[in-house]
Amino acid sequence: MRTLYKFHGGVHPPTHKEESTRTPIAQAAIPSRLVIPLHQHVGNRAVPDVQVGDHVLKGQIIGRPEGRLSSAVHASTSGTVSAIDMQLVAHHSGLPDLCITITPDGKDEWIAHKGVDYKQTPHTDLRHILRHAGVVGLGGAVFPSDMKSYSNKHKIKTLVLNGAECEPYITCDDLLMRERASDILRGAEVLRTLLYAEEVLIGIEDNKPEAIASMRQAVLDGNHENMEVIAVPTLYPGGGAKQLIRVLTGIEVAAGVRSTEMGTQCFNVATAYCVWRAITYGEPLLSRIVTVTGNVDHPQNYEVLLGTPVDELVKQSGNRADTNRHIMGGPMMGVDLPSGAVGVTKATNCIIEGSDALFPPPPPALPCIRCTRCAEVCPAELQPQELYWFAKAKDFGKTQEYSLFDCIECGACAYVCPSQIPLVQYYRFAKSEIWQREQEAQAAEVARERHEFRAERIEREKREKAERLAQKEREATAAREAFTLAQALAAKQAAELSAKQAADPAFEPDNTQQMRIDAAIVRAKAQVAAEHPNNTEMLTPQQKAEIAEIEARRAHIREMASNAGADDEPPKSNKDK
Amino acid sequence: MISALLVMIGISLLLGAVLGFSAIKFKVEGNPLVEKIDAVLPQTQCGQCGYPGCMPYAEAIAKGEADINKCPPGGEEGIRKLAELLGVDYKPFGEGAGPRAKAVAFIDEQTCIGCTLCIQACPVDAIVGAAKQMHTIIASECTGCELCLAPCPVDCITMEPIGEHIGNWKWTYPVIPLIQVAAK
Amino acid sequence: MWSSPFITAPSSVSQIMLRVLIALIPGIAMYVWYFGPAILVSITLASITALACEAAMLKLRNRPLKPFLSDFSALITAWLLALSIPALAPWWLVVVGTAFGIVVAKQLYGGLGNNPFNPAMVGYAVLIISFPLHMTHWITPHTLGGAELSFGEQLNYIFNGVLPGGMTLDAVTMATPLDTLKTQLHLGLQVNDIRNMPIYGYLAGKGGEMVALGFAIGGIYMIFARIINWVVPTVYLGSLFVIAGIFHLADPAHYATPLFHWFAGAAMLGAFFIYTDPVGGPTTFRGRLFYASGAALLTYLIRVFGGFPDGVAFAALLMNICIPLIDIWTQPKVFGKKGGGK
Repeated sequence: MRTLYKFHGGVHPPTHKEESTRTPIAQAAIPSRLVIPLHQHVGNRAVPDVQVGDHVLKGQIIGRPEGRLSSAVHASTSGTVSAIDMQLVAHHSGLPDLCITITPDGKDEWIAHKGVDYKQTPHTDLRHILRHAGVVGLGGAVFPSDMKSYSNKHKIKTLVLNGAECEPYITCDDLLMRERASDILRGAEVLRTLLYAEEVLIGIEDNKPEAIASMRQAVLDGNHENMEVIAVPTLYPGGGAKQLIRVLTGIEVAAGVRSTEMGTQCFNVATAYCVWRAITYGEPLLSRIVTVTGNVDHPQNYEVLLGTPVDELVKQSGNRADTNRHIMGGPMMGVDLPSGAVGVTKATNCIIEGSDALFPPPPPALPCIRCTRCAEVCPAELQPQELYWFAKAKDFGKTQEYSLFDCIECGACAYVCPSQIPLVQYYRFAKSEIWQREQEAQAAEVARERHEFRAERIEREKREKAERLAQKEREATAAREAFTLAQALAAKQAAELSAKQAADPAFEPDNTQQMRIDAAIVRAKAQVAAEHPNNTEMLTPQQKAEIAEIEARRAHIREMASNAGADDEPPKSNKDK
Repeated sequence: MISALLVMIGISLLLGAVLGFSAIKFKVEGNPLVEKIDAVLPQTQCGQCGYPGCMPYAEAIAKGEADINKCPPGGEEGIRKLAELLGVDYKPFGEGAGPRAKAVAFIDEQTCIGCTLCIQACPVDAIVGAAKQMHTIIASECTGCELCLAPCPVDCITMEPIGEHIGNWKWTYPVIPLIQVAAK
Repeated sequence: MWSSPFITAPSSVSQIMLRVLIALIPGIAMYVWYFGPAILVSITLASITALACEAAMLKLRNRPLKPFLSDFSALITAWLLALSIPALAPWWLVVVGTAFGIVVAKQLYGGLGNNPFNPAMVGYAVLIISFPLHMTHWITPHTLGGAELSFGEQLNYIFNGVLPGGMTLDAVTMATPLDTLKTQLHLGLQVNDIRNMPIYGYLAGKGGEMVALGFAIGGIYMIFARIINWVVPTVYLGSLFVIAGIFHLADPAHYATPLFHWFAGAAMLGAFFIYTDPVGGPTTFRGRLFYASGAALLTYLIRVFGGFPDGVAFAALLMNICIPLIDIWTQPKVFGKKGGGK
């Protein structure tokens, strides 16, 4: 007899499961249009792969995955793409997101597809198939299964299959387990292979005896080794992944820690089913079981094409006029849909048609009387009354001290509160405020870095410019000094020559040619000094010597030209020139 | 009497030595208060406070020259944080000096003449471009400081407010009505 | 906007408070049986004062009257205060105590849920410090067979302060059994001799012990109906028993038995109704242990060594002061962070 563990707290809301389990799963009719959001999963939004007007086949990719954490989106039936635009989606905010609207042509024509033998296929390829088949967690968290079935370096002992379905009203997993148990277990085998897990434990709440029996029979029929179906006590929220892991294995996976780090991983039974269909038949995820219940004439489960507008789905169950809201999910954690035009997504496990009778508006909340009933039921063992106190006072540092982000938003605390305080709304508010502040702080940090870098860049440019100017200045000074020296030397030589000539008019130095050249040089330099050419500062001493040489040569040539034929004449003195 | 005096003198010497040692050993370089204030400021570098950037404003606050309610991008939240940090009273924004909606600059490429005046003005280098080349704003780096609007000679830069979309939506503070007000 | 959860358990503050009032009835019934109907006058007077004061304060604070008046918390304060003071107390004593408790100790702190101190105990403390003489004249039980007042005469005294000709207050009232014990011990008598005095019954004071039993019955009902947590009453009574037992075993002549301390004074009323008040109480399991045992210790010390006859009220107020610190120090570890993983 396997020992089961307990998790702290938990509540027993009325289950309302009998209404929708009387009839088997029915096929929902193909709707008049499919509104398929591109962001139905955790991670990056899929990128549209088709254009308006394209004809698509059933199972054709219409949204490509982008980035490491992403998943594909497919056409749920054959038809024409009528729009790619912002439509209302199933989100708390009621804001629109990018969706592809398809008008079905009624033919339900499949694209060519085939499966592989998972035992013969490398794991990387299997995960690739899952990513491009759009397989994500169907328990509500919609995490891409290709990333989730990868155990980085951790040994996985237990693969937990989550058939608990603890929330009231929802029965889609129950019926799936009753009717398609063998495929679920085969999918579990695939997952076990991908994770190299030892054992598979399937947790099912004990208020589902038919499902337990069906799954147990399927384990025997399929000869599945090391796989066990375990009936867990019915307690909300026992279907939470961390709570179920705790009950079945005793391991407590803390917030922020991955289950794989603790040697375990948890998948929903519907995800396992989809994994099997995707791998073995090549069928992408384009439909799911949805429970339609609440204020309808005949509540039951349907297999629904993704993108079916909620309005058209609930009509098939006989929706009533006094319905005032559509709740996607259960009454404890569900989303109040902004409109009935929203399309069914991968996360839609249930649609509850609400009315004032079913969900009467809450009375005004009284102050907290610190009765701690909330702390008694919290499965994460938090102190909700303290979190409420600090979130109300907007003291976000303190909320984090009291482990705000460990809260799984199951709603058990608000369920039991005698003052009818909407506790979870305060926690959601606090969490989104903290996230936004962290983003702003990061953006501010980046802006500060860029600003400081810019300031540094400008400084650096100034410095370099000053450097260059200083360099030029130094060169100019050096050139001027060299020129002055050369000028002085030339003047001295001219003076010596004229002095010699003055002293002795018949003085003829030995080297008349040299004398001529010297005189020419002196003349040239004097000319240079007299004219003050513009680019004097830029010249190095070497350049100046070169220029002087050139000038001398020029002068010499001019002289020779003017004295053509009178070579043997001694040069006239400088004064005559 | 003498012994008591000696004991007191001894204790005071000891404590003085400890304080002096700590003042030297644990001395913090720079003015940590200025850094703390700068950490609170939103780094928009817009100059709306009257100082050329957030660090100069932080220094002015630390010196006591500037009021804490001069930073619109920081919002009321920022003023409260500064008040708490400095131990002073909260002071609301002056008339008309309150925060504006978050916006990002946008260059109309039909009108841009490639003069680089806006590039030189941007305090966080969020504009890409070169002389006679097209200029464009890197939206993810733009802080909305509006310093590029004035230098542009052809007035081609506008501020596009960042609306609420599914990516930046957040839960609102729960308000529970106690008294029934008149129906809308 | 209304977001999940969309369903709640059928529980409300008024329902809880109403059950507490119902749980008080056995004790009140015993009181009337043994001491006469005077207590009902006090209770009625206190209730009216409490509701009137609360309504006035809510109006001043601009709050809606209906949700706060109908949550019965003011009535509980009124009844607890009325049960803590003598049944023959003049009307103004009841009114002053209740008004102070509701207005100062509850509404001025922010109303329901915001008061750090138990309002009834604050009212009692104010009265016993300000009017000690009036607070020590407790009505004698029937069984003592002394002079008694009829109901009309009781009303006359309560509202007009007039006793029938020839009677003195001392003739129709007495000190509490606890008070008597203390005084007699000071006079040099031993516990055994004191216990044989006519005012004492099986376990404690005649009549008083039955009232305490009535409160205990009501308290046990509340525990089973999950109105109050079982930890505080159990630990309080247990600690009181142990502490009293230690002293009694050490010196039986000068310290009364543990059962005496259980059924004398307001120990039972305190254990089930006063220390379990959620607003000023602890929120963690270990916090409850500290709170209850601390209160028991203080109760015993004040009773035996202190200047006041009963320590229940002051113990409550002193432990209320410690609650914020107790809460911070006893925060439990969160799921997954207990060290060890399993």
